[in-house]
Amino acid sequence: MILQFGILFAFVALGELIVRLTGWPIPSSIIGMLMLTLSLKLNIIKLRQVDRLSNFLVHNLGFFFVPAGVGLMNCLGIISEQWLPVVGASVISTVVIMAVTGRTHRWVRKSLSHKIQQVARLNKI
Amino acid sequence: MDFLTNKIFLIAVTFVSFIGAQYLQRRTGIKLLNPILVSIIVLIIFLKSIGIDYDTYKAGGEYIELWLKPAVVALGVPLYRQLSSIRKQLLPLLISEVAGCIAGIVSVVVVAKALGGSHEIIMSLAPKAVTTPIAMEISGAVGGIPALTAAVVVCTGIFGGMAGFKIIKLTHVTSPIAQGLSMGTAAHAVGTSAAMERGERYGAFSSLGLTINGLLTALLTPFILQILNI
Repeated sequence: MILQFGILFAFVALGELIVRLTGWPIPSSIIGMLMLTLSLKLNIIKLRQVDRLSNFLVHNLGFFFVPAGVGLMNCLGIISEQWLPVVGASVISTVVIMAVTGRTHRWVRKSLSHKIQQVARLNKI
Repeated sequence: MDFLTNKIFLIAVTFVSFIGAQYLQRRTGIKLLNPILVSIIVLIIFLKSIGIDYDTYKAGGEYIELWLKPAVVALGVPLYRQLSSIRKQLLPLLISEVAGCIAGIVSVVVVAKALGGSHEIIMSLAPKAVTTPIAMEISGAVGGIPALTAAVVVCTGIFGGMAGFKIIKLTHVTSPIAQGLSMGTAAHAVGTSAAMERGERYGAFSSLGLTINGLLTALLTPFILQILNI
């Protein structure tokens, strides 16, 4: 288990190092995540060396957001003044993103498989 | 009073309120009693009533927040497990991500403007779909209030996590890939943990959604705001 902690934190550190060296405006954790995926793919890290802790962390992600959410107490003033644009825009936009992302994915897949079928048919002729 | 402002005490209170909220949801079976949401509200009420400000709480809360980083890194594992199906449909994934990202920024800005939001509020809301560190960075860069952005990001995630699959059902999108992708794109890591509860395939594509949308949002927000001229 200690090894699993060590590996995950090493990838956080690696992400931070990359951000420091390149100056990319991307969070270190996202870079660390991509590096972990890459290392698993290249067999530098074995799945069994990270799977138990990863499983635990991934399934409890929400808890780690609680302190940031408590930060809401510092914004209560501005939110109560402008609650309608804040709540309205966030809710509507969340629905829009879900609808657009899912529908676009379905549409692109359908038209792609259509194209592939057409090509296949042409090849037969 | 020293005891109440002690970091360890504040960390313990955070655990207790979350565990209590989880118990409450399980006991009542009411989905709306989301443990993240309930524990945030309980903690704010608790801190306000005993007169502890956020900065004092944060000194303890930081130790919990610290785990967000390895937790996001850990999302690389489900992502790895789905690599072959990601490669197979790279094009649909990328196109739907670009569409979702642009639709998200444009819709939140336009609706906030229409509902009378101030410039600062609109700028704070623009990056609200992506994970906190990216969103706060963008918010600061475009003239928003990063602290407000962080709070809105968490609330958006909770809303997306709770209502996401119901919304998706209404759009008649059935593939686990598209559903997971939508959850991560709209509701970042909190949506992803909800997707993970449904299955690893949903969760993996949700983490892909949060990653691609995070990168796209960081790149596109300044340009979109410029084009919209707000």
